[in-house]
Amino acid sequence: MMLSIKNLHASVDGKPILRGIDLEVKAGEVHAIMGPNGSGKSTLANVLAGRENYEVTSGSVHYLGENLLELATEERACKGIFLAFQYPVEIPGVSNIYLLKAAVNARRKYQGLDELPAVEFLKLVKEKVKLVEMKEEFLHRSVNEGFSGGEKKRNEILQMAILEPRLAILDETDSGLDIDALKIVAKGVNTLRGPQRAMILVTHYQRMLDYIVPDHVHVLAHGRVVKSGDKSLALELEERGYGWIEQQAEEIAAAVTG
Amino acid sequence: MDSLLDGRAELRLAAAGVGWVKKLRDSAAASFAEHGLPSTRDEDWKYTNVKPIAKRQFRPAGSSDEGVNAAAVAGCAIEGLSCHRAVFVNGYFSPPLSDLSALPPGVVLDSLARTLAERPQDLSAALGRVMPAESHGFTSLNTAYLTDGAYLRVPEGVVVEHPIELLFINTAIDPAPVVQPRNLIVMEPSSSASVLERYVGVGNGSYLTNAVTELSVRANASIEHYKLQEESVQAYHVGGLFINLERDARVTSHNVAVGGAIARTDLRAVLAAEGAHCEMNGLYLGNGRQHLDNHTQIDHARPRCTSDEYYKGVLDDRARAVFHGRIVVQQDAQQTDAQQQNRNLLLSPDAEIDTKPQLEIYADDVKCSHGATVGQLDSDSLFYLRSRAIDERTARLLLTYAFANDVIGRCALKPVRERLEQTLTRKLFHARDLEELV
Repeated sequence: MMLSIKNLHASVDGKPILRGIDLEVKAGEVHAIMGPNGSGKSTLANVLAGRENYEVTSGSVHYLGENLLELATEERACKGIFLAFQYPVEIPGVSNIYLLKAAVNARRKYQGLDELPAVEFLKLVKEKVKLVEMKEEFLHRSVNEGFSGGEKKRNEILQMAILEPRLAILDETDSGLDIDALKIVAKGVNTLRGPQRAMILVTHYQRMLDYIVPDHVHVLAHGRVVKSGDKSLALELEERGYGWIEQQAEEIAAAVTG
Repeated sequence: MDSLLDGRAELRLAAAGVGWVKKLRDSAAASFAEHGLPSTRDEDWKYTNVKPIAKRQFRPAGSSDEGVNAAAVAGCAIEGLSCHRAVFVNGYFSPPLSDLSALPPGVVLDSLARTLAERPQDLSAALGRVMPAESHGFTSLNTAYLTDGAYLRVPEGVVVEHPIELLFINTAIDPAPVVQPRNLIVMEPSSSASVLERYVGVGNGSYLTNAVTELSVRANASIEHYKLQEESVQAYHVGGLFINLERDARVTSHNVAVGGAIARTDLRAVLAAEGAHCEMNGLYLGNGRQHLDNHTQIDHARPRCTSDEYYKGVLDDRARAVFHGRIVVQQDAQQTDAQQQNRNLLLSPDAEIDTKPQLEIYADDVKCSHGATVGQLDSDSLFYLRSRAIDERTARLLLTYAFANDVIGRCALKPVRERLEQTLTRKLFHARDLEELV
């Protein structure tokens, strides 16, 4: 099992958001996590990546047999976890290529490898830039500074493609994208699918799943997985909306607390 | 403070023969005797307490080389910077340590003391005239002691291709010396040069540098001036840089403060004729218990002058800094464009900055803006970098570096930029350089 989440509870600023998540992800699988606003999708993604002000109050997360919650953010990244941000951060003064080089070499250092020679690094970057159809000039601009929404999301996929994670978590990578940008992002993601790699796609909409077909779909509501199924569940949600799911979740919550 | 005036009689002998110099020194000595060193009751010194300086016993620096040799000079050099170099040990010109052999013909770079003795008339038009009439006790003290320093004159129309370095090496040999270089730079009309004024400490003891530089930039001349204050961390540094710009003259100033226990720089530019432009960049990097104070004043006296001021500070530990940026636009100075920014990054909860932008505008057709910010490293940016496998220390360094990068990037000389990048990583992150970390 690559990722095993058991009864995970987490709070943000003292407010409980995740109220008992159970999820198992095997290598090679793509899981979609859907749900209405405020259901805890993004919180789950951030907890897995190790954001500091997200406090795990109970439950466990094991990644490749290790207690993930004990690892610092950068250690998780070194061990192959990658979060594509819902809102990628702008960092004026740090160039994209510098960030990529720092990230690649930090991981190699952790793995006991020498730095990637400059020529090989550039070759790798140029190849991946083509994959996400970015202009090379973006490499020399400050990280995400002045990028459009679509450019920021493509930049996330570029970083993912270069870092080649074991477990990629995409936090609403599709939101705010026009259809052309979505196709480019999906192409990047599909290229990275493989038997050694798992992906968690956090999304509000079914639309992305037309292009990235998941093996499993889970629906979150009120901080719990209330329904799991295959890709047909996503289509059902598209058709029926989240209302009936939320109603079910409320009934479950009432039963638990009652 | 009386100790600071000891030995005045001896020093006065050096220019005994020249009436105007004697008058200049005497009136400064009288002013110092009357006002003494500034105190925190003085608005311009509210945040900078110089009692630790006033309390100490200093000896007047002598003109011996104090063991500073060519190897020590080489150790201070900025890697990759090829320059004409005048070296001063404790404020006194050292011909054997200097290298002025390749100066273009006509350019004068000499000891102020020798010029005062041999050709005082060359100095009479500018020395003591660029600085403002009213000033604080340290400036008076420097003038009262006025003895040696650098005299640089770039003749009309001459463009000096390689930078000129004025390297002030100060020793911390007990008892603590007081070093008082007095520099005069005259850029004659349509001349151009890059000048580095560097203050470097050897040894870890204490001393006081009390330097004054007067810079006269004549019509259409341009200068890129670097003041790099890299004194030892136990030293005290007080420095004045007074600039007068004539018609269409241009000054780009880079004022970098890294060293010193207490360090204060007063930088004043008078845009005295139409079309003059001054760019003032500043960077201060403090840690430990350092106190770094920069007071700048830009005086728009005539119409159609422009100024662009950009100061940034990074403070760690219990370091404290002061930025006071005063811009005065006189009634006559229509169509002035004056911009000022001061941005501060505090790496520690105990670091402190007092920033005070001050605009005084007496003209009505002007474009002026100012802004001051104080902040910490952004936690979202830190998380973003760490989620990309970059460890916390490197992420902090990278963001700090990014913060300082744009002001460092304004330095035209690449070796200076590299030096400042190294200084930042060494001083604030105890790392050899960024490349070592990433």
